Amino acid sequence: MMWHVGTVVALHDETPTAKTIRLEVADWPGHVAGQHVDVRLTAADGYSAVRSYSMASAPNMEGRVELTVERLPDGEVSPYLTQELAVGDRLELRGPLGGWFVWRSRQTEPIQLIAGGSGIVPLMAMIRARASAESTAPFRLLYSVREPEAIFYRDELQALSKASDSVTVTYAYTRATPKHWPRSATRIDASIIAEATWPARLLPTCYVCGPTSFVEAAAALLVKSGNRAENIRTERFGPTGDRK
Amino acid sequence: MGIISRGFSGRRAVADVKLPPGQYLTTDFPVLSAGPTPHIALEKWEFTIDDGTNVLRRWDWKSFRELPTENITVDLHCVTRWSKLGTHWGGVSLDTILGEIETDADYAMVRSYGDYTTNLPLADLRKKQAWIAFRFDDENLAPEHGGPARLLVPHLYLWKSAKWVRGIRLMHEDQPGFWESLGYHSYGDPWREQRYSSDE
Repeated sequence: MMWHVGTVVALHDETPTAKTIRLEVADWPGHVAGQHVDVRLTAADGYSAVRSYSMASAPNMEGRVELTVERLPDGEVSPYLTQELAVGDRLELRGPLGGWFVWRSRQTEPIQLIAGGSGIVPLMAMIRARASAESTAPFRLLYSVREPEAIFYRDELQALSKASDSVTVTYAYTRATPKHWPRSATRIDASIIAEATWPARLLPTCYVCGPTSFVEAAAALLVKSGNRAENIRTERFGPTGDRK
Repeated sequence: MGIISRGFSGRRAVADVKLPPGQYLTTDFPVLSAGPTPHIALEKWEFTIDDGTNVLRRWDWKSFRELPTENITVDLHCVTRWSKLGTHWGGVSLDTILGEIETDADYAMVRSYGDYTTNLPLADLRKKQAWIAFRFDDENLAPEHGGPARLLVPHLYLWKSAKWVRGIRLMHEDQPGFWESLGYHSYGDPWREQRYSSDE
C-alpha cells in the first residue's frame, strides 16, 4: 500500500481543541464511510511518527479527504496537526484502512449511531455518505458530549436532520447541559438508550465509537436492551490510542 | 524518507528501548475490539481443539486450571502502533495444550466467544511462543482484555492474541481470520512491520 501526498486546502476549528483538515489527494483511490487513514509526519532528520485518524468525509470522486483531529495534551502527532499545520502544507497518508466499521450505501436496514466525544468522526462520514448517496435508510444518532461547546459539526447535523425525517439526532451531556435541558448531565444509561435508539426488534445495525469506557458501556447497554452482539460494531480509542 | 513536515520535530523513543518499526511506547493498556465485550461464565466456559470434523480435546474451566501454569513476561505490540513492554501474565503454554495431539496440520484458526477468529501457522503456537493466559498483573484477566482467557502470542501483532478464546481448529490449508479478511496481514510480524495485507 503506497503513501499518498495530500495538500491541505482548508482548516476549520470544530471546537477549541479539535480541527477539521481538508486535503486534496490527487491519486486517492476512494474510501468507504467509517474507514481511517494512517498519517505520517517526518522531521528534518528523517525521524517519523504515524498515527491513524478516521475520515469525516463521505466517499467522493474528487480526491477529497477530511479528517477531524482532537488535540491530546501529551500527544506527539495531534498537537502538530491541530496547531502547526497550515493551508498549503503537504501531508502523507496511507489508506483507506479498515473494512469492518463501515457503512455502505447498499445497506437499507435501520442504522443506530452512538458517538462519545470525538468518536463522532467516522459516524459523521456515514451520515454524510447517506445524504450524498440519497439513501433512504433510517438513521438515528445518539451523540454524547461533555458540554454543548464540545459538539462537532453542529450546524450540519441540524441541517441534515431537518432535511430528512429519517435522520434523528439526540444529544446527551455528561458535564454541562444547555439551559432548560430536560435532563441533568449524566453518562448515557438505560433510559437514554430506550428513548434515543431504535427498538431492538427492528434489528438495527449499531455503530459505537468513542473512548474505551464509553464504548464498553454503550455496547453493553445495547446488548441489554435486546440487540444482538453481531449487529453491534465498535471502534475504541484508549487514552493514548491517539485515534481520531 | 517521506516529505518533511515543516515545523515537526517529534518525540523520540528512549535510546535504550528497541521498538519494532513505527511503534511508540505506552504505559497504559488500550483496548481494541470489533464488538461488545462478551461475558462468559466460568461454569459454561470450555476450550477445544478440533480438526474441522472431530473434537480432539476438550477442557472445562476446572480441568484447564489443573494444567501446569507459567509466569510470562513479554512485550506487546499492537498494529495501532502502541507497544507496551514487560507485561506480566499467568497462563498455560500451548506446548502443554497441544502436547499430546498428533497432527500433520500446518495451520491453526483460533476461535473466540463472540465469533472472532484469527489464523496463524501451527508452528507459531509451539516452542514456548504462545500461551492461553488467564491472569494479568496477578489479577484475573478482565473481560475487556479477553477474560476469562485469551491467547497470548506476543511475537506477532496483538490482534493475533485472540481475546475470549474458546478453541483452536487445526487446518491443512491457511485461511484468513476476522481481521485477516478485512485487509490486515496474514502473519503480522511487528519486526517486519506486516500490518496490512499488501505489506510484504
